[in-house]
Amino acid sequence: MRKNDYRARTHPAYWAFLVHRLSGLALALFLPVHFWALGHAIAGEASLDGFLRATDHPLFKFGEWGLVVLLSLHMMGGIRLLLIEFLPWAGLRKNWLAYGLGASTCTGLAFLLALIH
Amino acid sequence: MNTEKLRVKVWRSGAKGLVTYDVPRHESQTVLDVVTFIQRQMQPDLAYRFACRVGMCGSCAMNVNGKARWTCRTHVSKVAINNELEVAPLSNLPVIKDLVTDMSAFFEKWSRAKGQFSGSRTRHEDFAKVSPESAQRKAADAGIECIGCGVCYSSCDVVTWRPDYLGPAALNRAWTLVNDERDMQRIERLRAVAGDAGCHSCHTQATCTERCPKHLSPTAGIAGLKRMTMKAALEGDL
Amino acid sequence: MQSMSLATQARLWYWQRMSATVLALCVFVHLGIIIYAVHSGLSASAILGRTHGNLLFGAFYTVFVIACAVHVPIGLLRVAQEWLHWRGRSAVSASFAISAGLTLMGLRAVYGVVL
Repeated sequence: MRKNDYRARTHPAYWAFLVHRLSGLALALFLPVHFWALGHAIAGEASLDGFLRATDHPLFKFGEWGLVVLLSLHMMGGIRLLLIEFLPWAGLRKNWLAYGLGASTCTGLAFLLALIH
Repeated sequence: MNTEKLRVKVWRSGAKGLVTYDVPRHESQTVLDVVTFIQRQMQPDLAYRFACRVGMCGSCAMNVNGKARWTCRTHVSKVAINNELEVAPLSNLPVIKDLVTDMSAFFEKWSRAKGQFSGSRTRHEDFAKVSPESAQRKAADAGIECIGCGVCYSSCDVVTWRPDYLGPAALNRAWTLVNDERDMQRIERLRAVAGDAGCHSCHTQATCTERCPKHLSPTAGIAGLKRMTMKAALEGDL
Repeated sequence: MQSMSLATQARLWYWQRMSATVLALCVFVHLGIIIYAVHSGLSASAILGRTHGNLLFGAFYTVFVIACAVHVPIGLLRVAQEWLHWRGRSAVSASFAISAGLTLMGLRAVYGVVL
């Protein structure tokens, strides 16, 4: 049997699915690292400080910003799904895709401002 | 005399790939017209399905430029790019030959989802009185026009990824029946459509809704089934 | 899915959505905290100064960790089943292991930062 290729997937609701799944995967990979980093505090303030100093690099900051955006996107996409699945149906809520994207953009900008200020 | 040519790539079992045919292009031409021309004038052993050719039966469903649609209702002018077109059989179904797929699995899953009405009245009793304005009836009415063409099933990635997934059409039909107040098999049907093979695997990709030629929304019905199965599970019925 | 009963499959869907709701609230708060923290400077003394002994903070992040430990493994299991074609008991066990790992590491981090 034949499978679909990218041409069957060029519509907004599918992109929303893909963004949601890929951001979830990225966050799932990041989370243990995040817990490990914070766990440095057990060894004392100096240990955590050492770690924070090591990550005070523009590339790291860009990565942090990226993760904040991914988290925001994953959450907005997830809220859209919760609305679709639990509230009486009112379409694919494509307008929610726009709101969600907008909210994530705002979050990303806020974080960026906080970083460079 | 119209000498414009349309370059059509048709998937063929023998070649296990796309074979190119150049057909005359006309102003008002459907993809079904093109496939019929190829079979009658150029390639007599090309296998394809059609019946009504006026958008009522769903038999002519195929992949055109990668998207599942009814070829009798698809104008060439709408889909041809640079006078080129690609026609292939529906996805997610075994190919019998060329553009013809084996629909057995599609209908078998329909049956597994308990997509049959099961009433309690006999011919000796009065008609059931069902208000068309009730929320339940409206929900059912939104999905009952399905003619089982397979476009949604072909379009669904979850069907590709999970071989036992019942698919949008079967779940949509189940949705119309759980909303039918005359039906007696509601709990059995909810059991049939719950779980990883059923509604809980839908990721709301909504390609089914995007492609349905009758503008139905299996995504809506499946979301509804999620709510209903959850309620049934919480009440201990599942 | 023969390794899980129908009721379990439905329950996993349900708990993923419930944990998602909890996470939605937690993440809103967390994003606010992150933006504030980054703005105020990311040094150990600054962070620990705010979190040390802060039991409300500890309680909040404990809930956050547990919600993650429910939400993440179920999601990963779906991806494993659909994209890696990894099904059956071994996939479910791996999922459990991830859940346990996240709980341990997460609670350890909360402990380290609060106590």
